[in-house]
Amino acid sequence: MLNFLVRRLLSTVPVLLIVAVIVFLMLRLTPGDPAAVLAGDAANTEQIAEIRRGLGLDKSVPEQFIIWFGKLITGDLGQSYYYKTEVTTLIGQRLEPTVSLALITITIAVLVAVPLGVLAAWRFGGWLDKSLIGFSVLGFSVPVFVLAYLLIWLVSLKLGWLPVQGYRRLGNGFGPWLTHLLLPAITLSVIYIALIARVTRASVLDTLGEDYIRTARAKGLPERKVLLRHALANAAVPIITVIGIGIALLIGGVVVTESVYAIPGLGRLTVDAVLARDFPTIQGVILLFSVVYVGINLLVDLSYVFFDPRIRY
Amino acid sequence: MDAKELEALSVESATIVTQQSAWTRVRRNTSVRLGGVVMLVLVLVALAAPWLGTVDPSLFDPVSRDLLPGKTGEITTLDGELLQHRFIMGSDSFGRDIYSRVIFGTRVSLIVGVATALVALAFGIALGLMSGFLRWLDGPLMRVMDGLMAIPAILIAIALVAMWRGSLLTVVVAIAIPEIPRVTRLVRSLVLTIREEPYVEAAISLGTSTPMIMWRHILPNTLAPLIVQGTFICASGILVEAILSFLGVGLPPDIPTWGNVMAEGRAQFNEYPHNIFFPGIFLAVTVLAVNILGDGLRDTLDPKMAKRV
Repeated sequence: MLNFLVRRLLSTVPVLLIVAVIVFLMLRLTPGDPAAVLAGDAANTEQIAEIRRGLGLDKSVPEQFIIWFGKLITGDLGQSYYYKTEVTTLIGQRLEPTVSLALITITIAVLVAVPLGVLAAWRFGGWLDKSLIGFSVLGFSVPVFVLAYLLIWLVSLKLGWLPVQGYRRLGNGFGPWLTHLLLPAITLSVIYIALIARVTRASVLDTLGEDYIRTARAKGLPERKVLLRHALANAAVPIITVIGIGIALLIGGVVVTESVYAIPGLGRLTVDAVLARDFPTIQGVILLFSVVYVGINLLVDLSYVFFDPRIRY
Repeated sequence: MDAKELEALSVESATIVTQQSAWTRVRRNTSVRLGGVVMLVLVLVALAAPWLGTVDPSLFDPVSRDLLPGKTGEITTLDGELLQHRFIMGSDSFGRDIYSRVIFGTRVSLIVGVATALVALAFGIALGLMSGFLRWLDGPLMRVMDGLMAIPAILIAIALVAMWRGSLLTVVVAIAIPEIPRVTRLVRSLVLTIREEPYVEAAISLGTSTPMIMWRHILPNTLAPLIVQGTFICASGILVEAILSFLGVGLPPDIPTWGNVMAEGRAQFNEYPHNIFFPGIFLAVTVLAVNILGDGLRDTLDPKMAKRV
C-alpha cells in the first residue's frame, strides 16, 4: 500500500511539471505586451521599457521560466501586475467563496444524482429512467449561464425567494451565506447531476444483473437493502471516478457562474485577470485549479481501497 | 454457375449488405433523425439569414432603443434610408434588432462548432497516428497530452483567446486545443488495436509502406468513432464560443454571436430578460440537437462506446 502510495504520488510529478511548462509557455509565447497594458495608453516607449525591465520581461524566455519556476517551488507565485499584491495573497482572499460554492454544489449533486441513478436503474425502462436520460442530455446542452439567468429571473425576480446576486462571508452568519450560494450552487449542479446520475444508472444497471443480486433477493432481503448494500456498494467505483473527473466541469462552471452571480471568487478573478492581461495571476489560478484537479483524482484513486475491498495496492 | 462465379457473387453481396446495414441503422435511428432535422433547419436558417425578415445586424438607431419584442420602430440603413421595422425579439440598448443578430449569430455558431471539430480531429488524428506508430514518440507525446488534460479545458481556451485577441481563427484554435488530447488518445488506442489485426499484418508482410498502411488500412477503421467524437466536439465548441463571448473574451462585440447578444443583455437583465433568453434558447436548442445527433451516431456507429457510457 505504502509502495503504491509513493509510486502514485510520484506519477503526478511529471504531469504537474508539464502543466507548469504549458501554462508558462502559453502566456509568454503569445503576442500581447503586459508592460504596454500596464503602462496605459498615455505611456511612451521608454516608460514601457522601464516597466518591462521591472517585471523581468526583458530576459530570455528560458531564463524567465527558470526564475519563475524556482519561485513557484517555494510557493511564490509572483506579484499581480494589476492588483500589485502577491498572487498567493490574492488567491487566499478569493478562496472562501469558490470553495463554499464547490462544496455546496458537490453535496447537492451527489444527494440528488446517486438516488436518481439507482432508482432509474431499478426501474429500467420506466418513466423515471426515460426522464433521467432526457434530463441528462438536456443538462449537458443548456449552457450554465442561460440556466443561471433563467433561475435568477424565476426564483429571485419573479418569486423573490432568494437574493439575486452577491456573496456574504461565512463569518457574517450561516443564513445569508447559504441563501446567497444556493442559487449559484443549484445552477452549477445541473450538469454535474446529469453526469453522475448517468454513470450511477449505468453502473448499478450492470451490478443488478449479477448473480449475487439474485441470491440476495432469493434469501428474502428487502429490496432497499438489495439496492443499497449489494447493488450500489458494488457500483461505487465508477461513480466515485466520475465525481473526480467531473471536477474539471465544475471548475469551468465556477468561472461562468461566479461571473453571472457576482461572486468574488477564483473564477471571477480568472476572468478579471484575463481581461487585464495579468500574467502572474492567470498562471497562478490555472496552476492552482490544475493541482486541485490532479490532487482530487489522486484521492479518488486511493479511495477505491475503501469503496471496494477487493482492490489492493 | 461455377464455383468461381458463386464465390465472387457471395463476396460482392456480403460487402453490399454490411455497408447498407450501417447506413440504414444510422438513418432509422430516432435520435439521428431528430438531431439531424433540427441541424438541417439551423443550417438553412444560417444560409437564408438575409431573407428571413432581418436587417443588417450591425445597424442601429438610437430612436429604437430598448424596444420590447413585437414593437415596431424605425431603423436607418447604411444608404440613409429610413425603414419601418418590426422588432420581433425587441432591440438592445444601441437600438439594434435582436432578431437579426440572433439569426445571423446562427452562422457564427455553426461555423465555430464545425471548424473546432475539424481542427481538433485533424491534429488529434495526426498526433494519434504518430503516437501509435512511432514508439519513441509515444511516451513523451502522451505525457504532454496528460499535462494538457490536467488543465480544465475552459481555462486553456479563455487564456489563449485573451492572449491572442478574439477573431474567428483564434477562437476556433483556442477551443480546439484542449480537445486535441482526447482525440489523440482515442486515435492512438484505435491504432494500437487495429495494428494487431490480421489484415494489417498481411499488409506489412506484403511490404506495404507505413504511410500507406496508415492511410489505407488504419484510418478508414477509425472513422466511425471519430465521427461520433467530432459531433460531441462540435457541440462543446458551440457552447464554449458562447461562454467566451459572454465573458467578454471571445469574438469582438460588433460580430453578432449568441454569446455577444447575451453579454450585451446582462446589464439590463432585470427590465429586458428576453435579450438573454432569445439567444439562450437558440444556443440550447442547437447544442441539444448536436448532442442528440451524437448520441444517435454513437449508438449506431460505435456500439462499443455506447456500452461504456
